[in-house]
Amino acid sequence: MSDELFGAMLQSIVDGAPDKAKELAQEALASGIDPLEAVNRGFAVGIKFAGDQFGCGEMFLPDLLACAEAMKAAIKVLEPEMLKRGSERESLGKIVLGTARGDIHDIGKNLVATILSASGFQIFDLGTSVTPEQFVAKAQEVDADIVGVSALLTTTMAGQKAVIEALDRNGLRPRVKAIIGGAAVTSKWAAEIGADGYSRNAIDALELAKSLMGKVIDKGTASA
Amino acid sequence: MRPRIQLLSPELIDRILREAFELLMNPGVRVGSAVVELLQSAGVEVSDGIARLPEELVRQCLASAPRDFYLYNRRGEKAIHYGGDDVHFDPGSCCVQMLDPETLEARPSETRDLVRIVQVTEMLPQFAAQSTAVVCSDACDDAGNHLPNAIGDLYRLLIVLQHSDKPVVTGSFSAAGLEGMIDLLAADSGGAEKLRQQPRAVFDVCPSPPLNWSEFGSHNLLDLARAGVPAEIVSMPLAGGTAPVTLAGSVTQLAAEELAGITLHQLAGAGSPIVWGGAPAIFDMRTGGAPMGAVETAMLNMACAEVGKHLGLPTHGYLVATDSKFVDTQAGAESARSAMLGALAGINMISGAGMLESLACHSVEKLVIDAESIASAQRLVRGIEVRDGESLATGMFAQIGLSGEFLKLKETRSLFRQEQHLPSPVIDRSARGSEPPSDAFARARTRVDELVNKYQKPALSEGVLRKFESIVNREVDKARVAATKAS
Repeated sequence: MSDELFGAMLQSIVDGAPDKAKELAQEALASGIDPLEAVNRGFAVGIKFAGDQFGCGEMFLPDLLACAEAMKAAIKVLEPEMLKRGSERESLGKIVLGTARGDIHDIGKNLVATILSASGFQIFDLGTSVTPEQFVAKAQEVDADIVGVSALLTTTMAGQKAVIEALDRNGLRPRVKAIIGGAAVTSKWAAEIGADGYSRNAIDALELAKSLMGKVIDKGTASA
Repeated sequence: MRPRIQLLSPELIDRILREAFELLMNPGVRVGSAVVELLQSAGVEVSDGIARLPEELVRQCLASAPRDFYLYNRRGEKAIHYGGDDVHFDPGSCCVQMLDPETLEARPSETRDLVRIVQVTEMLPQFAAQSTAVVCSDACDDAGNHLPNAIGDLYRLLIVLQHSDKPVVTGSFSAAGLEGMIDLLAADSGGAEKLRQQPRAVFDVCPSPPLNWSEFGSHNLLDLARAGVPAEIVSMPLAGGTAPVTLAGSVTQLAAEELAGITLHQLAGAGSPIVWGGAPAIFDMRTGGAPMGAVETAMLNMACAEVGKHLGLPTHGYLVATDSKFVDTQAGAESARSAMLGALAGINMISGAGMLESLACHSVEKLVIDAESIASAQRLVRGIEVRDGESLATGMFAQIGLSGEFLKLKETRSLFRQEQHLPSPVIDRSARGSEPPSDAFARARTRVDELVNKYQKPALSEGVLRKFESIVNREVDKARVAATKAS
């Protein structure tokens, strides 16, 4: 019975059907299924599948966004019960996101936020045209693991460098990792400004964030 | 008969404009604070930074916008007619990468790259205008001090003016950057009034999709209108990303953005020249990028220009670019295709030649190959011509009968240059000989060297050069003060 339900959960994500996902989440709660299991064996498998499909060119950005929306709908239903049980879904890490100072283009950044959030990261989205100081303040406030700066314009890419310099100046790195993205951004630019990583799209950003979390220095050790 | 392609029926154009006018009222247009007072004094309601523009006001502004204008070269001659179905081309702008022909890698663009692009553009008649094509990452003053990034726009224009007599398609990087650039042009033209009468440059000004005339864009429109220097609205809807996914929907959004821009501009300076331009593209659903080589991108540019033409305005588009990273088959196919389509649509200024990687990288080798595609497109739109007072074929047969000696005829000699575009050696039509054949990229490299060797730098008077220097010094000081304040 539950295998069938988990399969339906997966499918609701792949179909990008938030109403169906919500209904299945409610059904799981009603039948006493552990909400964390519903995520890990059902909905999250759907997100992983969608990511793979995107990777091999079978799914496209609008599909991916719809999958993430369905995931959000399911999590919203399951979250209160997870909190009650103390079985909160384990956060993959805390990420502060924003576009570089002077840049108001946020499609890419929003996609990254949606995909990372659906995949289990905690996202603190500062929005558009964010100053280096704002990035630093938020990273300190939430004890971030990763700071991500997006820039579309060749003229605002310098803002990415400014954020990395500000993180360095305030002694946040190397504990906090800095990642960058945007249409004109290249791996070369990332290397030049000393970023910890760069990705070409939202799915690669997920892989990048996961791999960086493996490298995040244990906070207890770092502050000792 | 001039060949022409139209994508929109008159009914569809009416519908596009009807919906565009609706958008201007609901949801309205986001505007920068610089224009709020101007709009309010024209009776426009502005609240929370959103202006609602009534059709009647927009129509008044459309009526005051000139139907055509000219750009002038340094000698003060009319060089480019913006209007009607005249078609001109200029290199794309403005990227920070240059394809190194030796290593085939993209590296940060430098002053030497911009100079080379300008030299080649100056030598090629296919390009009516120069563009401030790349940012110069190495920009330094005479003493070798690195110039502030904030004046990168001014520096580009300086390099172009120092090396070219042609008109220039340019643009500023900030609201503050425009003043110095206009001063530079005025110094070159012999004063602000002379610049107004005989503009040498047109400035690209970009709204942010959807329907947002940001502080920077609004400010530039006002300043250009007041200076009487032509403005070119470059609206950039990305169908499916920052605009409706349907091509018709994106054209509608572009129309609303242009109408709003023209309204701001004409309210600030009625009669000042303005271009219905754009760089619309589809949104790539795999990469999230803007594929400039896609046929739908070309269709958007053509359709947008059609709407502008319907309103009787000068037009601009962004074509002849590619998404490929190399000067390869994809680059050639995409660029040549859109050059043809843009010309057939009668777009007055078509920017984009030389550009790779969806406008992220420039290549001077691509520029000379694109020049061949452009020449073919220019030939195509001249159409099949009939010589007045002459037979089509019978007269020639009367002279040579069935001997087949057409090559000897005086008509052949006098007309072949008009009938055929004679390509440069970049285009290979030769029979296979004893030498191993070369590919187009290798031939383009040779051609670039030849053009650069033949190029001669224009002689500018000492007085103008001194004025250039003092404007640049002034702007450098301003930028350094601003940078100190900011930090």
